[in-house]
Amino acid sequence: MSDYDRNLPSHDRDLGRGTPLAQLLHVDVWLLVPVFFLIAGGLLVLYSASDGSVGTLWRQCRNFAIAGVAMLLAAQISVDQYRRWAPLVYVFGLILLIAVPLVGVGAKGAQRWLSLGVVRFQPSELMKLAMPLMIAWWYTRYGIPPRLLPLLGSLCLVVLPAACIVIQPDLGTSLLVAASGLFVVFIAGVSVWYLLSAIALALLSAWPAWTYLLKDYQRQRILTLFDPEADRLGAGWNIIQSKTAIGSGGWSGKGWLQGTQSHLDFLPESQTDFIIAVLAEEFGLRGVLLLLGCYLLIIARGFWIGLTAQSSFSRLVASSITLTFFVYVFVNIGMVAGVLPVVGVPLPLVSFGGTSIVTLMLGFGVLMAISTEKKRISQ
Amino acid sequence: MFVSRDVLRDTHREAAINRQRVVFAGFIVLSALAMLAYRYYDLQIRNYDQFLTQSDRNRVRLEAIPPTRGLIVDRAGRLLAVNEPTHALAVVIERVGDEALLFQELQSLIDISSDDLERFAERRHRRRPYDPVPLKLQLSDEEMAIIGVNRHRLPGVTIEAQLTRAYPHGSLLSHVVGYVGRINEREASTIDAENYRGTLHIGKVGLERWYESALHGLVGSQNIEANAHGRILRVLEQELPGDGATLSLHLDLDLQRAAAEALGDQRGAIVALDPRDGGILALYSNPGFDPNLFVNGISQRDYAALRDSADTPLLNRAVQGQYPPGSTIKPMLGLAGLELDLVEPDTAIPDPGWYTLPGDSRRYRDWILRIRGRGHADEVDLKMAIAESCDVYYYDLARRMGIDAIATALAPFGLGEKTRVDITSEQSGILPTSAWKRERMGQPWYPGETLSVGIGQGYMLATPVQLAQAVMVIANRGASFQPSLVRRVGDKPQVPVARPAVEADEAHWAAVIAGMMDVVHTQRGTAAAISKDLAYTIAGKTGTSQVIGIAQDGVYNEDEISERHRNHGWFVAFAPVDEPRIVVVVLAENGGGSSAAYPVARRVLDQWMDRWLDDWVMGQDDV
Repeated sequence: MSDYDRNLPSHDRDLGRGTPLAQLLHVDVWLLVPVFFLIAGGLLVLYSASDGSVGTLWRQCRNFAIAGVAMLLAAQISVDQYRRWAPLVYVFGLILLIAVPLVGVGAKGAQRWLSLGVVRFQPSELMKLAMPLMIAWWYTRYGIPPRLLPLLGSLCLVVLPAACIVIQPDLGTSLLVAASGLFVVFIAGVSVWYLLSAIALALLSAWPAWTYLLKDYQRQRILTLFDPEADRLGAGWNIIQSKTAIGSGGWSGKGWLQGTQSHLDFLPESQTDFIIAVLAEEFGLRGVLLLLGCYLLIIARGFWIGLTAQSSFSRLVASSITLTFFVYVFVNIGMVAGVLPVVGVPLPLVSFGGTSIVTLMLGFGVLMAISTEKKRISQ
Repeated sequence: MFVSRDVLRDTHREAAINRQRVVFAGFIVLSALAMLAYRYYDLQIRNYDQFLTQSDRNRVRLEAIPPTRGLIVDRAGRLLAVNEPTHALAVVIERVGDEALLFQELQSLIDISSDDLERFAERRHRRRPYDPVPLKLQLSDEEMAIIGVNRHRLPGVTIEAQLTRAYPHGSLLSHVVGYVGRINEREASTIDAENYRGTLHIGKVGLERWYESALHGLVGSQNIEANAHGRILRVLEQELPGDGATLSLHLDLDLQRAAAEALGDQRGAIVALDPRDGGILALYSNPGFDPNLFVNGISQRDYAALRDSADTPLLNRAVQGQYPPGSTIKPMLGLAGLELDLVEPDTAIPDPGWYTLPGDSRRYRDWILRIRGRGHADEVDLKMAIAESCDVYYYDLARRMGIDAIATALAPFGLGEKTRVDITSEQSGILPTSAWKRERMGQPWYPGETLSVGIGQGYMLATPVQLAQAVMVIANRGASFQPSLVRRVGDKPQVPVARPAVEADEAHWAAVIAGMMDVVHTQRGTAAAISKDLAYTIAGKTGTSQVIGIAQDGVYNEDEISERHRNHGWFVAFAPVDEPRIVVVVLAENGGGSSAAYPVARRVLDQWMDRWLDDWVMGQDDV
């Protein structure tokens, strides 16, 4: 907490500063604008993907409204508070995760939900935010760059919830949660040698994990990637159809609401995980590049906030949130195009679904909190 | 365990490390996004054509439009085979909630047999869940109304309109028209799969089979856009089917009806044709069956009943039934004798009522012997031999001709080979020769067997339609046509196919025909009974053929033998004699003798002649 005192006033040329209202609300305009474009474009694609269902559109808008409020609230909390509460939130999240297999609610053969009366709640989502906060807290407490013992301690903190999530089973979320913690480890400056040996270890442990840990359907998903044609109507169907949708879009696309692959139900999960195939089919490569551009702007802004943040904690958290966001983008867009395994990651801010949107926007809220704090100090 | 190092921190170093890593991460992010962009470029630009084709193949499906089957009409355009719109109760499985409940509900409303339920269970496995599966075919109007009113209680239940083949005259024409049935596996492997896409039925027997390709027509097609579940969304382009051609028959429905009524319960067959072109005016085989039973799959029980019946209703006696022709061949054999100069028209042969071969004591009896105790007359000539059906005359003639000459003489009349009438399952009969017997039985030909063949018995077999063709030859004095049922296929007239003419001396034809006239028009003629009130002339010939051999000197007693072993009765005729318009052949199976046949023929002839008679007198000619 003494970090701030020692920081020099920065030469902040941030344009977002110019808007008094944005400042008042602790909103980062440079972050908000591409997010807003993404949301608007995403709704357009979702409308088409849902075959013109106004109901779906409304529910998605409601998701965004809730997520927007959550983001604004998150932006009001000071970085100091985040750091202070990080361990508690983490422990709370871990307890909930442990509770899931005991009292959780199942859906599609997996137990991921906790029922809180009216609301169903996925503790793994909470962990996506709690994890980077916790690890960042850990390192600001035990030193940057981390030495061996604190490093091992942090790795335990990463593995514990990830393990809880993988047995739900939810491989995709587990990897994302682990990644969000590991990104902090990386940004904190862990020795390159540790990093390399960790990668080697991971590869070595992959074999027993493949044999014992993964469920059949998870293995199938990975196998499908390498040879989707082998099982045209079964496991490979999704990839083949999404590649067909993307490829047939060409440069300029078939036009909004004109996509045949999605409208004739050839495309699976077209409103959720595979929604970028709808976009690619209807808006072509132009649309895809525009989307990637929006993501790039958001990521760049996230990194900028991380780079210019005044405290190590802020830098670690901001960079980790940004990198996690990037991983979402990369994994989803990559898997739909058939270059990554289909692991069930939604396309950030575009795919239909409240949980992921709220989590993402909360993350942006934290980013904004970091960004506005920096300004507050600089004034 | 861990020491808090707050106090000792070097914040600048920390920031430098963090920033270094963030910049590094930034590079990774950039290259990763560039990789994604390249991947999409690869899919969307470089492989665009391939994926576009694939997505079109996904969505557009070529679907067949089955043609409407051609009608079958008689010579006056009256419908003999039609396509009736019927309504079937069908169930779309995917829209049904509780299946058991639905069936309960349905059964409380209309009658659904266990047969229906069984077939439904079979069918549903072959359909996709969005396809309606027929549950009950041919709903009555009342059932349709009941279903209509209760529709809201029956989710997934639809009423499907379709065209179903129907035969309004039932068994009257079962052996002519035949029937269609569901395409079976064997047929599926031989038909043009492309042309039969979407067709469920195919001609099985009769005209329906013979003219299958014309009746079926050409399949049409449409490009339809379908979704991943195969549901049709819209039609992109269409090529209409070429509907099946209407078959116009020579057959006359009234004459056919008259034939059926004349034959009554008698098992047998009637063939009537126009000797001027070979067109078949009536073709009836009794008993028949209801062809409508076969259209949508006959039940096991119904089929077993037809198949196992001793009356063999599935047998088309007119073309499939092979019987000893008996004395009906006598005019032809007589003509052969004349042509071979073995006899002259006035050559007379002594007739004691029986015949013996030289050096053999066995007596070959004339049928008259049993009735009168002696022959027809002291001496019998050709005319009398035909008129009174003298066996002795023909025993002698046959012996002198020899079996192979008999076969050679009768072959041009078409005996022993198929007439190629345009209907399925025709049999060729048997015109025996010595070579035939050697090959078939490995035995030499015995002279006594020649005598049997001389009176149309023994190994000789013929079908009613073969005899009709043979009589046509006589009626036309040599010329004849392949018998045919169909006059026109669509707009295309079927040209009568002329058979090679039987060359004979005009006087010889006259002698034979005179004999045949006497069969009816003289008092001693074997069919004199039908000459009463006759307004036109008939040339005919009776025939009685044995089903079982009668022992030497044995007595044929009608009452003592079972009905199935009674003689077959034949009558063949044409009329009017000078200007033949109709040939009739009547077979009365186990009818006892020709007396079961010639009254039937008279009624058929009357039906046909009555309508032209007035015109004839006035010198008009219009058939």
